[in-house]
Parts: sequence; C-alpha cells; structure tokens
Amino acid sequence: MQDFSVLIGGKAGEGINIAGSVIARLLSACGLCVYMYYDYPSLIKGGNNFAVIRAADIQTFCTREAVDVLLALDQESIRLHAGMVREDTAVIYDSGVVKADGTGLPLEAFVKEEEAPAITRNAGIIGGFCRTAGIPWATVEAVFARAIPRELDANLRVARRGYDATPAGKGIRVNGREALPVLTGNEGVAFGLVEAGLEGYISYPMTPSSSILHTLASYAGRFGISVVHPENETGAMLMALGAAYAGRRVAVGTSGGGFCLMTEGFSLAGMAELPVVVVLAQRPGPSTGVPTYSAQGDLLFALSAGQGEFPRIVAAPGSVEEAWYWAGALMDLSWRFQTPSILLTDKNLGEGLFSFAGAPPRPPLAPVLREGDGTYGRYQDGPGGISPLAFPGESGITVKVNSYAHDADGITTEEAATIAAMAEKRREKERAAAKALAAYPCVEVAGDRTAATALLCWGSVAGACTEVAGRLGLRVVRPVVLSPFPEEQFASALSGVDRLIAVEENIDGQLSRLLGCYGVRVDERIGKYDGRPFFLEHLERRVEEVI
Amino acid sequence: MTWITGAQNTWCPGCGNFAIQHALKAVLEDLTAGGMRPEEFVLVSGIGCHAKIADYMAMNSFYSIHGRGAAVAGGIALANPGLRVISCAGDGDAYAEGLDHLIFAAKRNTEMTAIVHDNRVYGLTTGQYTPTSYEGFRGRSTPEGVRERPINPLELMLASGATFVARAYTRKIDHLKTVLKAAMLHRGFSFIDVLQICATYNNLTDYYAPRVYEVEGHDAGNFDAAMRLAREWDYSADAPIALGVIYDAEAPSDPWPRMNGGGAEERAEEIRRILLEKT
Repeated sequence: MQDFSVLIGGKAGEGINIAGSVIARLLSACGLCVYMYYDYPSLIKGGNNFAVIRAADIQTFCTREAVDVLLALDQESIRLHAGMVREDTAVIYDSGVVKADGTGLPLEAFVKEEEAPAITRNAGIIGGFCRTAGIPWATVEAVFARAIPRELDANLRVARRGYDATPAGKGIRVNGREALPVLTGNEGVAFGLVEAGLEGYISYPMTPSSSILHTLASYAGRFGISVVHPENETGAMLMALGAAYAGRRVAVGTSGGGFCLMTEGFSLAGMAELPVVVVLAQRPGPSTGVPTYSAQGDLLFALSAGQGEFPRIVAAPGSVEEAWYWAGALMDLSWRFQTPSILLTDKNLGEGLFSFAGAPPRPPLAPVLREGDGTYGRYQDGPGGISPLAFPGESGITVKVNSYAHDADGITTEEAATIAAMAEKRREKERAAAKALAAYPCVEVAGDRTAATALLCWGSVAGACTEVAGRLGLRVVRPVVLSPFPEEQFASALSGVDRLIAVEENIDGQLSRLLGCYGVRVDERIGKYDGRPFFLEHLERRVEEVI
Repeated sequence: MTWITGAQNTWCPGCGNFAIQHALKAVLEDLTAGGMRPEEFVLVSGIGCHAKIADYMAMNSFYSIHGRGAAVAGGIALANPGLRVISCAGDGDAYAEGLDHLIFAAKRNTEMTAIVHDNRVYGLTTGQYTPTSYEGFRGRSTPEGVRERPINPLELMLASGATFVARAYTRKIDHLKTVLKAAMLHRGFSFIDVLQICATYNNLTDYYAPRVYEVEGHDAGNFDAAMRLAREWDYSADAPIALGVIYDAEAPSDPWPRMNGGGAEERAEEIRRILLEKT
C-alpha cells in the first residue's frame, strides 16, 4: 500500500492552510485518499504554521512520525520538523530565506520574473512538490483551476518554474481512481445539516467551530438559508430557540466556553421541548485553554450541561462521513423528540481535511405534527411522550411554550401531579429516542472483530485507533452516540472482549467514567492532553506498552 | 376571542401590570378589529412579575428566561416575518440580565415591539434595586441605599439605534394604549419604557403624579430633540417626566436574511455541485 506524507511549513499569514489543501487535492486527484492535519498557533501573522498531508490507497486519519517530502517556506520549518526527516526525505525550500540540504528554489525570483503577486510563492514550492511526487502537469493545471479562485495564470506560471527546477523524486503511483471531494470535518457538519433541512444557523465565532459559520455564510445564498452572527452565544442559543418555536430547523455552533454561555438556553430547550442542534467543537480547556488545538475534555460536560433533567441526544462522529451523517441525524432526532442535541466534535476533526467517500442515507424520521383541527395544547400527551407540533400563526390555535413547569396548554404550574407527569413525559421521550436509535449505527466496531483485546475510544481518535488496531490485531469499539447511551449495541460490540484499553484525548478518562455507570470496567487508559493528535507510531508504542 | 386565559392571576392588588395587560388587550382588539389575525401575534416574556402576562394572555407566547426575551423575539422575527412579535420584559430583565440583547435588537432594528415593565425594583425576588432604581434606593440587597447612578433607558435606546422610543405610565392607561398602538404599528424596532407602579415594593405614585406630563409639540423625527427630551429626567433627580413618543424614524429593519430554504431536491443538487468543486 502506498503511504505518502508531506509537510509544508511557513509563517502565519503565508497561506499554509490553503497551500496544504491544494497539495491534498493534488494527491486526491491522483486517486489517493488524503488526510491533512493543520497546526497553527493562535496568532494572525508570524509564528510557524504547518500542514501535514498523508495520502494513501485507503483513508487514513492520523499522521506519521516521518515525512517523504518537507516543504519549507521559512527556516523554522526546517528546525522544528528536523525529526521527521529521514535519509530519503525530499527537502524543498525557499532558497531566498532558508538554508538547508535539498532542493532550494529561488521563489522570490520566480515571482518577480513572472510578474506575479507575492502570495504565488506558495505555488512555486507546490510546483516543486508536484515534480518530486510525480504528479503530472496536466493534473496540476486541472486542480489549480478548481482550487485557486484568483490569479490562476500567475499561479500556474510560478508553479511551473518550481516544477521545472526540481528533480524527480521517488513519487507516488497515480492509481487512476476517481478523485473524491476533499472536505474538512466542519464542512461535513455544515452540509450534513443543510441536507437535513437546516433553515438557520446562528453562531458567535469561536475556534474551532468558526469555519462552520464561515462555510454556511458563504453558501447561504445558494441554499436559501439564514446565517446569523449575533451579539454572543447566549443570544445565539435563544435566537435559535425562538426560530425553532416558529417552526424552523436551526443549529448553533460553538466551543466549550461558548457552550458554557449556552447552557441556560440548552436547559430551556429541554423544558420548553424545542428542537435545536448544538455543534460543540472541543479544544483544550479549562477556560480559554489552547484555542487552536484539540482535546476530548467536554464529554461529561455535554452529557450533563444545563440544570435539571431532560433528554438530550449526544453523538461524537469520528470521520467527515460520520460528521455529515450525524449532523443530519441529530436534526431529525431533535425534531422528532423535541429536545436539544449535541454534535460533539473537536479541532482535529473539524479543521482536518479528509477525502469524502459519501455519507450513508439516514433512516426516515419525521416530526410529529398536529393533524386536524380542534383544541390544541402544546404539551398535550401523545405516544412516546411526544406532543404534536404546531407553530405560531396557525389559525384557530394558540401555541404557548414555557420555561417554567407547565401544564398541557403551556401554562405555568406548581401543581405536584402535573410537575411529576411532565417530568415523566420528558423521560418517556428519552426512552422513545433510545428505541428509535436502535435503527442507527450508534456503536462502531473496527479492526479484528473477533479479537479479545479491544481499544475503546470515541470521536476523532477513531482513525488512529483503527490503524493501530489493524497493525496489532486488536478490535476497536467506539460508541458514537453517548446519550441516550446505546447499551444494547455496545454490549453486542463488546461481546468476547476480555481486555479493554481506553484511548482518549483527555486526562480523566471521561468515556471510561461514563462506562463505569453501565458496569463496564476499563483495564488500561491511554490519555493525551497536550492538544496535539496522536502520531500513528506514538499511539502504537503506547498501546504495545499495555497489551 | 377573549384574549385572557383561565390562569389564576397572582399579581398584587394595585400592580401596574394589570394596566399594561389591559392596554395590550385593548390594542390587540383594536388591531384585530382592523383586520389583523389574532394568530399573527406572539408574546415573548422574560422572568419576573411582568412575565406572568404570558400565562394570562390567550395568545401565542414564549415564556422564556430572565433577560433573554429580546433574543428569542429576534429569532421569531427571523423565522417568520408574518408574525408580529411583542417582547415584554422587566427592568431587571431587560436592563440588567439581558441588556446586550436589547441593545442589539435596537441596533438591528429588529421587527418587534419591546415593552419594558419598569417598576424600578425586583418584585418576584422580593425587593432589590434594579438598573433604573434612583440613587439612595433602599432595597434588601442595599439596606444603606444604592450608590450607583441609574441607567436612563431612553437615552440608551436612542444611542443604540432604536427607531421608535417612547415612555408611558401605568396610571395613564389611555395614553399608554395610544403609545402602545403607535409602537406596534411602527416598522422595525419599537421600544416603550412603561413606568409601572409596584404596589408592594416601590409605590412611586406620589412621586410620579406631580411630575409626569404628556409631550406636545415635540418633533419626534428630530434625533437631537429626542435626546434632549430623554435627558430631561435622569430617573433619579427631581425633574419633569415626559410621557409619549420621544423618537420615531424610518430605517431599514432586520439586516439578516430571513429563514427559508429550498426543497430537499434543490439542496441535494446544490450539494452535488459543491462537492464537484471540492475535488
């Protein structure tokens, strides 16, 4: 199997993310499955940004400890990543600003001679990369035409200079498979929501959720949806609930700090029985933490956020396909059961770039709407605790929702029997949701399905765990739905396992704690809490230490 | 349509909320008699004594949480421009807990009517000072008297871009109705600070009686004149208290696109096109 890695590094502001994504698309156009990890500090100009792109015949989800090609736009990129360079690594650098062994390209001279804008410097080094990787020039032209919206000719001219000035390298094997689209996890979330009928997205910017806001804002006109950036997260959540009350399918997106502000609205959604999807994109905390890096520290927060007891559906996708699928599924489930849901993602998934193989169709699940005429009570009883929905504006009825304990008509109550009955109604919805979830893939199993030792994980570490499990002959068991916990599917996934090793990007072992509530004992815990993702080899060594 | 539910009313005898409820009902009757549908109206409330109006009015309602009514109202307005949104809030609600949402509703000129039941005291939490309590007000959290200056909500709303700013008084109910009707017919964001008597914790009837007057000959289209009138009384010192429409101007409303969305087929087709662009 070919397994090819390239790192491109430079200063913040030099367009490393875009350059990395162009490289990913070039490799994708050659028929390979690509993954890109993008690493950047929380600043606008300066610092060292880098992207590692891994391309293989099958989809990968983590990076390796060594690279085949290192592209350096600044000296820091050589110094910081020296450990990833092996004897046969092709190093290509901007000879105007970098001293190194390898192929030096006078990028500034190329840009000047081609009378091109300064930012095309990246195109020069990408051209060099394409030559060493053996990517045909026609592919470069085709991908640039799709990926570079401005100054296409200038970019191509500078790229050609880099291409011609670089020697051929060991290269990749163009396999002729049709190129897959290349998406970030956040784009997967955005399109999954749109596919499931999203009508409004309301969000206050917060890394690493912001690119959902940016993506949806840029396509809002094409989809005819409303994308709103309001005063703060509190306002975002409450606006969303106002819109849901008026019958619109809405979502909000944020990271941990913003979700802290949303929790009062989240609890309101539980009490008032309003559907809303919350995308909670994790980054390391507590508090401001490390804004542009990744963590899995908010699982228990997501499961218990908001005062009081109410049903919530929480799913943590492990790939862009799952992000797409579950964003839509949560929209369906929230509307069916009239309760909030959380799509729990993180920086590595949301801002990582992946080949997208398509999301499976969701089971049909429609909201329960009021039928016929006659009297209406917003919280009147129905099968599964679900009250038929109606919206303000409908003739002959009033629709009253309430944050207080309320009766069937939505009028405030302090009457004991009604309070208890409504609590039981909400509980009944949770049971009904758990039942409906039996039709969904709530627990994923990978690796050797018969192995007695299993890696237990959730969310974006899925890919690294799957790859390590493949190499070591282990099983991977991964709950995607965390609430209501899919006990039956989980038990069946765990059947025959006698040793369970949890891998989580946190220090407390939050999934392990959760499983303790269901009588599942975890034998070993591997935690990572430095904001960085697992390298393949690193995780493999840590697993080997404990199996 | 009776407009009043069967819920038991628990406001104190003499509470100014009765006057606001009565005025609202009268204006709704008037507007629906003029051809608007009762179902077009949505009442949003926060939390506090004022908010019980959501239980008492037989109309669409969203009984929300403390301070957030204006945000909820903004969401409803975005979702369905066919609805007429009335956001009732208390002074603690709108000016303390949720001030950001009120300012942004004004800034956006959101299509809604904000009615602040301004009794200048927390009632339901039994008597603490609010942002509009006068200097020296002795409440249960400030037994020695408040040392903060009050906020002047009219000035604040004018500075925030509100296109309709008014003040009314619960002991002048006919005037309250007139102002409320004008606010509800205004296009964009309309705001009324209603000086409301709290019979139990802050009965200012004797203070208001000699000071309130209905404005006449004021040019409500003139922002500077409006600001001068708004500043005449600072909610603390002894001064005449103007009642009426202080400012009324036309401006584009709701700058964010309304919620919509094509059918499933159109969306799927658009997504297919975007995926091709992303290869």
